[in-house]
Amino acid sequence: MHVPDGFINAPVSAVTGVVAAGAVAVSLRGARRELGGPSHAFSGGGEKTAPLAGLVAAFIFAVQMLNFPVAAGTSGHLLGGALAAILVGPYTGVLCVSVVLLMQGILFADGGLTALGVNITDMAITTTVVAYALFRGLVKVLPRTRRSITAASFVAALLSVPAAALVFTAIYALGGTTDVPITKVLTAMVGVHILIGIGEAVITALTVGAVIAVRPDLVYGARGLTAPLKLRVGGELVDAPAAAPAAARTRSTKKVWGIGIVTALVLAGFVSFYASASPDGLEKVAHDKGIDAKTKQHATSDSPLADYSVKDIGDARLAGGLAGVIGVGVTVVVGSGVFWAVRRRRAEPASERTPEAV
Amino acid sequence: MGAGHSHRLYRHGHSPVHDLPPHCKLAAVFLFVVVVVSTPREAMWPFALYAVLLAGVAGAARIPAGYLLKRLLIEIPFVAFALLMPFVVPGEQVHVLGLSLSENGLWGAWNVLAKGTLGVAASVILASTTELRALLLGLQRLRLPSILVQIASFMIRYGDVITDEMRRMSIARRSRGFEARGVRSWGVLAKSAGALFIRSYERGERVHLAMVSRGYAGAMPVIDEVTATRAQWTRAVSLPAAALAVCVLGWTL
Repeated sequence: MHVPDGFINAPVSAVTGVVAAGAVAVSLRGARRELGGPSHAFSGGGEKTAPLAGLVAAFIFAVQMLNFPVAAGTSGHLLGGALAAILVGPYTGVLCVSVVLLMQGILFADGGLTALGVNITDMAITTTVVAYALFRGLVKVLPRTRRSITAASFVAALLSVPAAALVFTAIYALGGTTDVPITKVLTAMVGVHILIGIGEAVITALTVGAVIAVRPDLVYGARGLTAPLKLRVGGELVDAPAAAPAAARTRSTKKVWGIGIVTALVLAGFVSFYASASPDGLEKVAHDKGIDAKTKQHATSDSPLADYSVKDIGDARLAGGLAGVIGVGVTVVVGSGVFWAVRRRRAEPASERTPEAV
Repeated sequence: MGAGHSHRLYRHGHSPVHDLPPHCKLAAVFLFVVVVVSTPREAMWPFALYAVLLAGVAGAARIPAGYLLKRLLIEIPFVAFALLMPFVVPGEQVHVLGLSLSENGLWGAWNVLAKGTLGVAASVILASTTELRALLLGLQRLRLPSILVQIASFMIRYGDVITDEMRRMSIARRSRGFEARGVRSWGVLAKSAGALFIRSYERGERVHLAMVSRGYAGAMPVIDEVTATRAQWTRAVSLPAAALAVCVLGWTL
């Protein structure tokens, strides 16, 4: 999905460039806070940003070369936006993926220089922000266990990729230089990217799970997960006072929320997907998805073809399913975003530094 | 590490193009691409002139044509996309060799192919004639926030280290009889990715401590400030200026 020069017209490229620059500027400030970390008292965080974010960017760069075999001879690789957001936080994630894209554009000519804004908006900002918003929302409603972190990262990564495809389609609708009809672009892009998203989701969830098993303190998204401090007073375990707000939360609504979201997603996405995708369609897209090293580009380039191959089978139904998942995704993002914001605001007066504690 | 920090995309040399200051080259390439992108697609000949201009620069930089063409291959996925375009775009149909093609689609394919190829070629020439460190200095000179340049330089410097670490992990896995086959091996690979993240992050922490203990306080000292004379700027800007002239002609004619 590295967009080359000339694919999106100049004004829209310029606007996305401004958006990207603004987001990177905001991320720079946010990353300083994120990488400051709770465990290192001595650092103000400022001078820690460059080495840590740089190494994380190098990690993303390297992990994109790690091939995950799909089936006979084909393999895919991680895109890393969701993974970065969950492991090191959304700001640092945006920053690292943007730097990776910048370097890919300048050094490897992968993605045009004028399209850098489009690429960053699409692949760095959208994936990380969507993934992190979903992740936060899910972690809020799910029980506070390691497994729910893994599950939340699965869903976050799953939807972040089609969301990026959606944003790309929107940019294309605004400033595409070619006349491929929007509906076709939308169906093909989102369709293929939902399948890529499944791979991304599995790998991201497994990777986050692996990191959590070894160094849970490194996973930014799991910072609130540490068990509340217990004190043994007279042979009995007593909650330490600081952990009180976490324990006071009601559990029943959470469960309802979680079940609701999962059911909606399953119904909207997978059920309709299974109803419509013939073996051909699946095989085709698995093939699309697999092509080595440049998964996304191949996916994009082949997408009209993919569109054709599923067209006469279940275009409407597939499109319906996609629309369903997107709808649920957008609703969850918006809803949980509002929910979270309201909650934070309500929690703000109570204590000065809620984000890490809750 | 024998190759130092010179990336494999760089071609060592001492040509007029190599000797230009990096920020001039970056600015020139960027402006050139902007001009190319804003050329109307119906004008065919400006693109040919752009290609001639780039060929001239490549010649001055003594980059062999074969090398340049090989590096252009990165564009192939989009070429495939462009080739599909005449078949999927609706609109007036033209018949060529018994195939029914859409006229709009042909224009669109031409547009993406021409502009994309020129952009990639310009970037390839930039990367082949500029050292990595110089590129980063150039970015810094162009007022990219210094922290961003630092992150980029850490990424570039440790990219090889992390990639090698990944390669060693792969050797370790294989020497224990692991073979990546199908979806079932994802768990193992993901654990490797997780371990790689932990190692990278911890390395970052060590690097940070080492730097702090050597007096790092958030900014890298700039030892070799790159400067450009007026003549160098003129030479660098001549490429986009020529392109702009062509572009203006393309709009008016």
